[in-house]
Amino acid sequence: MTSRLIAEDVTLGYGERVVSTGVSLAVPDGAFTAIVGPNACGKSTLLKAMVRLLTPASGAVRLDGRDVAEHRPKPFARQVGFLPQGLVAPENIVVRRLVARGRYPHQSLLGTGTAADEEAVRSAMAVAGVTDLAERPVEELSGGQRQRVWIAMVLAQETPYLLLDEPTTFLDITHQYELLALFARLRDEGRTVVAVLHDINQACRFADHIVAMKAGRVVAQGPPADVVDADLMREVFGLPSVVMPNPVTGTPMVVPTV
Amino acid sequence: MSTVTLRTGRFLVQIERRTAVVSAGLVTAAAALALLALSHGPQWATPAEVFDALFRGGDAGFVIREWRLPRVVAALIFGASLGLAGAVFQNLTRNALGSPDVIGLDAGAYTGALVAITLLNGTAGQLAAGSVAGGLLAAALIYLLSLDSGLSGVRLVVIGIAVNAMLTALNSWIVLRAEIDVALAATGWNAGSLNGVDWAEVRLPFVVIGLFVLLLVVVSHAMHQAALGDEIARTTGVRLGRLRLLLVLAGVGCTATVTAVAGPVVFIALAAPQIGRRLARAAGVPLVPAALTGAVLLLAADLVAQMLLAPVALPVGVVTTAIGGCYLIWLLGMEVKRR
Repeated sequence: MTSRLIAEDVTLGYGERVVSTGVSLAVPDGAFTAIVGPNACGKSTLLKAMVRLLTPASGAVRLDGRDVAEHRPKPFARQVGFLPQGLVAPENIVVRRLVARGRYPHQSLLGTGTAADEEAVRSAMAVAGVTDLAERPVEELSGGQRQRVWIAMVLAQETPYLLLDEPTTFLDITHQYELLALFARLRDEGRTVVAVLHDINQACRFADHIVAMKAGRVVAQGPPADVVDADLMREVFGLPSVVMPNPVTGTPMVVPTV
Repeated sequence: MSTVTLRTGRFLVQIERRTAVVSAGLVTAAAALALLALSHGPQWATPAEVFDALFRGGDAGFVIREWRLPRVVAALIFGASLGLAGAVFQNLTRNALGSPDVIGLDAGAYTGALVAITLLNGTAGQLAAGSVAGGLLAAALIYLLSLDSGLSGVRLVVIGIAVNAMLTALNSWIVLRAEIDVALAATGWNAGSLNGVDWAEVRLPFVVIGLFVLLLVVVSHAMHQAALGDEIARTTGVRLGRLRLLLVLAGVGCTATVTAVAGPVVFIALAAPQIGRRLARAAGVPLVPAALTGAVLLLAADLVAQMLLAPVALPVGVVTTAIGGCYLIWLLGMEVKRR
């Protein structure tokens, strides 16, 4: 297992407030990694450090051996795409134009693009299933449609790495599964996907690699079958539960006993 | 909403069809107003006389070429410049109220200009430099005062309004302390006026505005990308810190250079970007419609200023203040309703 993107013993926080200490993580290339853990355990903060939105107080995040802070912004943005939470689209923007914003790191200073941009936008909209919405203003869409539009925008960025902060939140269950299946498909096409997920069963079912965090630390990481058991659920979530094989996929399935 | 794609070799640029149509309409309106303004005088000139004066030369057209034309061109370029400045700051603050005339940058530029004429000789170069420096200092002051809340939001606007009030008081004080002839000139100028503008006065400001517009052309793509929010902007490769600095510089430059010549002309920077945005139904606050709307608005306001109490020409700032006051009250009402 190789890893181009790694966090080495990073301490993260906002100003004086320290969120995580001593976190190390090697993102397996070409795999789907799910970061799980209770609220406020530092999952999003870790993701932000990976995409250089946050500079570690100590330690370093490296891409290809070089500190991410030393990468130039546009070349880095052609390698690593990020979908944060709580996005608000500019007023009046139509879907196709918003998706096209994902092409920014591929364009010149003045914003002139090439035919490759058009093709990337078209294909990203098709993959995310928003082609039919192309000319609709984003603010008129439902929450689920909007989320898929943002996904399309990050896909149009055409990055080998895709980092997503709780991409399934606010989606109904059908759209959640569609999205997770999409990530698995992207992984099959060779991309590396890292997502913060809330549903441990979805994480077990779709991810190749689980990173369990608690109180700013990585408690366990590895393939779901090796990592997720009743002990982990008690330790990380404080939730007594039974873990059994999922009858459909055979992956671990958590059934809380409270 | 359909788009027009322009191709040059390998590269292509997409433009919203509606934006293109609206822009063409605004250019036509500006041209028609310009013709009207060139014809307007104690005795109206016919369009034929105007064209003769512009393209044939000759003594008969002297008044049109040397008196009316600089004023018309100044109204168009200054209006566009104010519209751009407004669009830049409204993009930067993500607030329709975050316009340089509301948040005290015009007042700061005017302070700089007053210092240039009362303490120095007040040459055109000193005025331009003083205005830009004053505007930048006002921007720095607002930035420092609103540091905890970040660069966007209503808080910055409220702080800006307070800074505007303080600087306006400071300006009055400087004028009161100044020599009588300087004070008289400054007071007339304070209202924002294009009366008596000639070519010699506007040549340098035009060049300076041109340079700031060039800077805006370079950063506008990144500015629109930044409208997606700080996180997406940065993870798609925008250098946000540098971008904001350049935008503040260009926005202050555009508004301060106008202030240096015409005094603070309010309302154009506030209203033009929003009118342009609504006309074009574009995403964010686009620059080209803002500039064209600003040009049309300022020229129209200047025409009204000349005609309203003719033969007495009002300062154009009086007209824009009157309209702008009503608009500002409406906008504040909307803002309050929204929260």
